Amino acid sequence: MKKILELFLTFAKMGAVCFGGGYAMLPLLEREIVNKKGWATQEEILDYFALGQCTPGVIAVNVSTFIGHKIGGVAGAFAATAGMVFCPSIIILTIAGLLTNYAENPIVQRAFSGIQVCVCVLVLDAVTKLWNKSVKNKLGVVIFAAVLLLSLFTDISSSLFVIGAGLVGFIAGKVSELKEADKK
Amino acid sequence: MIFLKLFWEFFKVGLFAVGGGLATLPFLYEIAAKTGWFDASSIIDMIAVSESTPGPIGVNMATYTGFKIQGILGGITATAGLVLPSIIVCVIVRMFLQKFKESKNVQSIFGGLRPASMALVTSAGLGVVTSCLVFPKLILQGNFADGLHIKGIIFAFILFFLMRKFKKHPVLYIALSAAAGIIIGF
Repeated sequence: MKKILELFLTFAKMGAVCFGGGYAMLPLLEREIVNKKGWATQEEILDYFALGQCTPGVIAVNVSTFIGHKIGGVAGAFAATAGMVFCPSIIILTIAGLLTNYAENPIVQRAFSGIQVCVCVLVLDAVTKLWNKSVKNKLGVVIFAAVLLLSLFTDISSSLFVIGAGLVGFIAGKVSELKEADKK
Repeated sequence: MIFLKLFWEFFKVGLFAVGGGLATLPFLYEIAAKTGWFDASSIIDMIAVSESTPGPIGVNMATYTGFKIQGILGGITATAGLVLPSIIVCVIVRMFLQKFKESKNVQSIFGGLRPASMALVTSAGLGVVTSCLVFPKLILQGNFADGLHIKGIIFAFILFFLMRKFKKHPVLYIALSAAAGIIIGF
């Protein structure tokens, strides 16, 4: 029970400051889940992001569910997700109920112009830190470059990239197995 | 009855929108056309509000829509509908993964997935850069003055330096940036 409450609170804390959707969660997860709680490794977080792309629904919710389930089973999955959406929902309900034209408010717009700069620095900072954990060989560099270019310059759905990259990994694994067998 | 319908409509969005927040958009337009609960222009308002509040955009949209239709309970109902399919599917996927974790094939699949996952995160990060700091279209036209948002870029470098040097919690930098935004404006 304590674990479940801890999951809820940890994700509630992240949800409250997660501006900009799923990807902006990466630096927070690194800090809270990997470094502070030790609930998952950096590799696992990246795996969950990849899986979160090709499972239905919002990525941040999917990633929360994966980590919650790892730590606290089905109840943990619900607790983590409920935590993730708790603060955002309350904020939205407040805004929708009280503040009409919230997004047009000049102070909100100026604050957000700063937050936007911060979000891209945070995300790119997290990416550079995770580089060694995720791109381990030449094939990794090729997959990274290909997916980055395609996702920047085409409208192909990101779930297709994930499925494609998984296939490439699978085939590469099989090829190296065959090579090993040949040597013997 | 309306609650059941709200729950069901957002359950379908959660079940079929694959690939994150903005993937929910086409489904919202469909709901707007089908039910008349809100119109297409309020979807644009919702995007603006979602982007300037914390939390996943898809979730924010569900809460906002539900509230507009049926008040606080409506907001909760729509949000619950949206996240339930994610929870069910992800729990099943993870149970399945647990079972095959040691398999060589699963490991080589993840060897391919991780760099792709990194690339998608990088691309999302660069997407934010090109919406607030660097505008490639203007630069290609030779308009460097408007194409590069110098004030913002300098601030980004200062932030990066601070993050690396002090390694504080991200929320601190977010608060600092909000304050800088209000005072200086980017």
